[in-house]
Order: sequence, then structure tokens, then C-alpha cells
Amino acid sequence: MTSGNTTAAPANQAVLAPPALPRPWTRARMAGYAIVGLWLLLFAGLAIYLYNAWRIDLVETYGPKYWSGLKTTLALVAIATVLGAALSVPVAASRMSKNRIIGAFAYAYVYFFRGTPLLAQTFLIYYGLGSFRPFLQEWGLWFFFRDAWNCAILAFTLNTAAYQAEILRGAIDSVPTGQWEGATALGLPRWIIFRKVVLPQALIVALRPYGNEIILLLKGSAIVAIITVYDLMGETRRAYSRTFDFQTYLWAAVIYLILVELLRNLWDWIERRITRHLVR
Amino acid sequence: MEHYAALLSFGEGGWGKSIASGVLVTVSLALATLPFGLLIGFFVALGKQSKEPSLRLAANIYTTIFRGLPELLTIFLIYFGAQIGFQKAVAILGIDARIEINSFTAGMLALGVVFSSYASEVFLSAFRAIPIGQYEGAYAVGLSNGLTMRKIILPQLVRIALPGLANLWMVLLKDTSLISVIGIADILRQTGVAARVTKEAFLFFGTACLLYLILAIISSFFINRIEDWAHQSQDRVRARV
Repeated sequence: MTSGNTTAAPANQAVLAPPALPRPWTRARMAGYAIVGLWLLLFAGLAIYLYNAWRIDLVETYGPKYWSGLKTTLALVAIATVLGAALSVPVAASRMSKNRIIGAFAYAYVYFFRGTPLLAQTFLIYYGLGSFRPFLQEWGLWFFFRDAWNCAILAFTLNTAAYQAEILRGAIDSVPTGQWEGATALGLPRWIIFRKVVLPQALIVALRPYGNEIILLLKGSAIVAIITVYDLMGETRRAYSRTFDFQTYLWAAVIYLILVELLRNLWDWIERRITRHLVR
Repeated sequence: MEHYAALLSFGEGGWGKSIASGVLVTVSLALATLPFGLLIGFFVALGKQSKEPSLRLAANIYTTIFRGLPELLTIFLIYFGAQIGFQKAVAILGIDARIEINSFTAGMLALGVVFSSYASEVFLSAFRAIPIGQYEGAYAVGLSNGLTMRKIILPQLVRIALPGLANLWMVLLKDTSLISVIGIADILRQTGVAARVTKEAFLFFGTACLLYLILAIISSFFINRIEDWAHQSQDRVRARV
């Protein structure tokens, strides 16, 4: 009869949470408000500057150019990423190969392309291979290396393939050996184990590094402007050299920031989506 | 072969000297950027792990911007932007003067802000790896906040953050090549000049790549030494137990 629960509130009386404590003005809070205020001031200043500097003739002249530059940038990144992904598979395979010599070659390739600046690699391919012009002409390859766009694609593909190979290798290594053993115990052939058991798990691990690599490539793609490819950065530099108007660079900054943020959010979404089965 | 050796030699008609000065510029730019980038990165990380939401917001805006912009664009923004900004500021004061920002300083600032925004992420994850018991223990023995940070947290933080920071140093070393576009005579610019004059582009840009590789190898030697140093207190404790 004596059901003990005497501390429970009567049903007709709402349980009120204690009122929130007033947040004191600590030093951290003051500093935080001050810095956020500075940021706001900066953004407001930027917006006012861009509003005042708005000239319809400039927009009409350079707007379409920025658009074509943006398309060039996106095309470069997309092509290099896809080709690099294709090339990274044999590189990663040789890196993991038991054959010492093949492994050493793959290691040297990866070390070279990860250890030197992308700009130097691009110069080496675009200007450097020009030194072998007679030879290339003889082989009928000169038409390819004459064009800055092709050279940029080649340099970016080779560069990103080295990074992607390491991502792939790390991801495959991260799948526990037990997965291989379990699948072997079920009598699955090696190729099926790799494709159906290991790769799906590896790709989940690799997803985030892949996203970072694409963002790095997008940011790195700005350097093709130096070898006269008119991507977004190239168009920006051209517009600046004609108008000496600083807003050209600010618009480029806004566009790049939007691109990177879009990519980042897209990647967050993909990751949430393909790891649904892991959420508890 | 002799022709190439002569081109790279330090003597008459060789480009060795100017390339060596380029190496010096690259290394000194990277070294000058490092302390500045580390310091800002540390404070941004402090802001990001603060309990105060406004500080977190301010720090996150910083990293979002400087991790999102291409490094090359950041360099241009700071090089031209700071020049125009200073000019405007001086004009408000009523002085009409042409101000030129030293391109070395501009490059250092640009590389520094990029480095610091990445470094802040490294520091942040290192902060999160330190158990809260360390803070509680320090509080229990009566250390002040500053002393806790200096004597308890920082030594562990350095050890945990070191691999990430070493990676960033390698990235910084490679990013210095970008400042050749604002006219700093670094490795890539010096070899580029040599390539244009001698028409031996492959030789000189190949040399540039090799020099960057050598710098990376030298760096990893020193990084290993620093890691040994950072781990020695742990090793001592382990040896005693």
C-alpha cells in the first residue's frame, strides 16, 4: 500500500527548471564579443566597399569571364580528380606489393610528388618538357605538351594520384585482417573478398581524406593561372591587371570560399548518408 | 654532362650562387613564418576550445576563411590589399605617400595566417586528447590557470601535436614556392630566371624539385630529433617503472 514515491511532484503542479544563472562578463566573454565585433565590422566594411565599387560596366565585361574561369577551374579539378583516382589504383597496388622493386618505384613516385611543390611540378612539365621539343616532335607528342591546359591536367593528375594512392593504401590497410580471414573461411575468392568485403569498408575510411584532397586540389588549381591557363584565378589576375580595381580579388575570394564551403557540406552530407548503418 | 655541371656550378657562368641564395630565402621565409604561425594557431585553438560561444565563433570564422581560400589568392589579397589599406589609412591622416609593403613581409603574413589556421586544428585535437583529469589534478594541487597551462598542459600538448605540426611544416615548405609570384627570389624564382636565360628549363626546374626534396629530407631528420626530445620524459618514466 505504501508506494514510496513521496518526492514526486503532484500532477497538477508543473515542475519548473531553476532559472538560468546570469552569465557573468568574464574576460573571455568580453574578448569573444570584441573579436566577433571586429569580424562583423570587417564584413560590413567589405560589403559597403563592394556595394560602392559596383559598376555595371565592369560586371558586364568581367562577369561572363569569371563564369568561364569558374567553369575552367571546375573542369580542371574534376578531370584531374577522376584521372588521378584511376592512376592511384595501380600506384597503391604497387605500393602494397610484396615485390621490393615495384614497391620502391611506387614509393619514389609518391615521395617525389608529395615532397615537391605542385607549382614546381607544373613548371617542370610545362616549361621543362619544352627542352625536349625535337624529341617530342619526333614522337608526335608535341601537340600535347605545347598546350598549357594539357600540361596542367597532366601535372595535377600525377600530383593527386600520388596523394590518392596513399589515401587508398591507408584505407585498405585500416581494414582489420580478421575481415580477410573471415571471408577466406567462407571460401570466397580473393578478388570477391576485396571487392565485396574490404573495399566497401575501406572507402568509408577513405571518404574524408578524399574530400580533403579534392578541396586541396581546388585551392591548388589557382596556380595554373601562372602558366597562362585562364581559370578563375587567371581571369581574376587579368581583370586586375586591366582595371587595377582591388574588388576583382575580393570577388574571387568570395567565389572560392563559397565553392569550398559547398564541397565541405556536400561531403558532410555524403558521410552522414553512407555511415547510417554505423549510427547507434 | 660537363655542360650541365658548368651551368650548375658556383663559378663563372654557373647559376649555383643565385640558386643557393634562393634556397636561403626559401628556408628563411619558412623559418620566419613558423613561430608566428604557431603562436596565432595556438591562440586560435584556445579560442576554439573555449567555453565561451562568441570566442568559438570568432575562431571558427578565422579558420573557415583562411582554410577555404587558395593560398595563392591569400598572398595576392594580403600583398595588394595591405598596400591599398595602408594607403587609405595614411590618406585619412592627411599624408599623401606611396607605401610599398615589403614582399617578404607580405609573403610571411600570408603563409603565416594559412599555417596558423591549419595549426589551430592540430592544436585543438591535441587539446582534446589531454584527459580532463590533468586539469583537475593541477587544480587539486593548487596551481593557477596559467601555471597549469605552462607546466602541465603545454608539455603534453607539444608531444601530441608534433606529428601534425611536422606535416604542416612540410606543407609550409612547399607553399613558400607560391611567393615567387610576388617577386621574392626564392628557389623557384631563381631557377626560373636561370631556365629562361639558358633555355635549359628541365635541368633547372628539375634542380628546384630536387632541392625541395632535399629540404624535406633534412626537415624529417630534425623532426625525428625533436620527437625524440619530446618523448624523452616519457621514456625516462617508463625506464624507471
